[in-house]
Amino acid sequence: MTSTITPYEDGPLIVRGDFELRTPDGTSIAPGRATIALCRCGKSAINPFCDGTHKMINFRAGADRDTPKPR
Amino acid sequence: MVESGDRRYGPAPLPQPRGPVSAALHDALTSAPHDLPADLASEFDGVDPIDDEDLQLTLFLCYELHYRGWRGVDDRWEWQPSLIALRSRAEAVFEAAVRVLAGPQPPLLDGRMASALAAVVAADDGPALSAYLQRRATHEQFREFVMHRSIYHLREADPHSWALPRLGGPAKAALVEIQVDEYGGGRLDRMHAELFRVTLERLGLDTGYGAYLDAVPAVTLAGNNLMSLFGLHRRLRGALLGHLAAYEMTSSLPNRRYGRGLRRLGLDEAATRFYDEHVEADAVHEQIAAHDMCGGLVRVEPHLAADVLFGASAALALDRLFAAWTLNSWQAGRSSLRPHGPGAPITLHVDELHRATGSETASLMTGLAC
Repeated sequence: MTSTITPYEDGPLIVRGDFELRTPDGTSIAPGRATIALCRCGKSAINPFCDGTHKMINFRAGADRDTPKPR
Repeated sequence: MVESGDRRYGPAPLPQPRGPVSAALHDALTSAPHDLPADLASEFDGVDPIDDEDLQLTLFLCYELHYRGWRGVDDRWEWQPSLIALRSRAEAVFEAAVRVLAGPQPPLLDGRMASALAAVVAADDGPALSAYLQRRATHEQFREFVMHRSIYHLREADPHSWALPRLGGPAKAALVEIQVDEYGGGRLDRMHAELFRVTLERLGLDTGYGAYLDAVPAVTLAGNNLMSLFGLHRRLRGALLGHLAAYEMTSSLPNRRYGRGLRRLGLDEAATRFYDEHVEADAVHEQIAAHDMCGGLVRVEPHLAADVLFGASAALALDRLFAAWTLNSWQAGRSSLRPHGPGAPITLHVDELHRATGSETASLMTGLAC
């Protein structure tokens, strides 16, 4: 495996390894560092990267696959 | 290549003494290593160590020998036994006071270290220095803030690197992942300390290592000494990692405010880059620090959980004192730095600082949501 994407509880997606971040038209987005955090709450001011805003909005999300509750 | 006389990377010149113990140590350091008077540390009996200028400078003088040393001082002083004995006495008083200040630690439920750290951070209700810097600080006040911070930022990440040889396994891997980023992935121009040097330059400040040591008060030295205390004692490795986690977990949002504050004051992108970089970097680091580093540590050494939380609480507690000191000074219309020149130390006691975290500064706690 050349890269991993890890959801952190109540936080961003951490991306490690050999990856390239691109816009839909294929332009590279400079990651700035070897390990990056991608916004998962949708409220970051520096998308697609996390800026810690999730803590201000009480964002909640698990670290594993969500299983829909039985109806 | 470091040129002769290059002050950027240290060693710094010895700072001026601030009392009998730092004066005796200062004098001793200017000659070859020899035994210090055995009763020197008795001067520290009964002092309030966190805001005692003499004690904090004494600790800083001792600790700096393990970092860059002092200009003109024999490197063999680093392990001179009587100096270590003096340091130990000062540390014991300091550590005891920090433990009282940090208070009791919450229990760790089901080994959930990251949640426990998040609770410690969420309970932090110190005065909002970052909101003040974002919206109201004058150019001169921002310069003062940067002068205080220069003591740490010009050696940013160094104290936590002491933990590396003391760890193995997942906690070590996580710490390395953070520190590599702090050190710019090995690229000098991306090292956080170097980014900070640019901020200093843009503000017209001295970029020399330790250039503002004489200007910063005990409370600033105490924050730095806390990291050295944790870093230089293997028994406190849990506290050291907790300290780093607290720093990373409380960094992204304040750094965004610092950057905005500098932009409000008309500073350019080069000046704000240090803060902008921390918004993004520390959003990564805080996850790694809480989950992988501290979580990884207590999975291997569960008995260190309380130490991790103590380190985090201590970091935040000393930061609160610093914020209160600074905001109090500015509210009173005075500088938060020590008067230039010898003598005339500022005295403000810890109980005054505690009071300052209450209603007095409530008016400054604006703009938290931004």
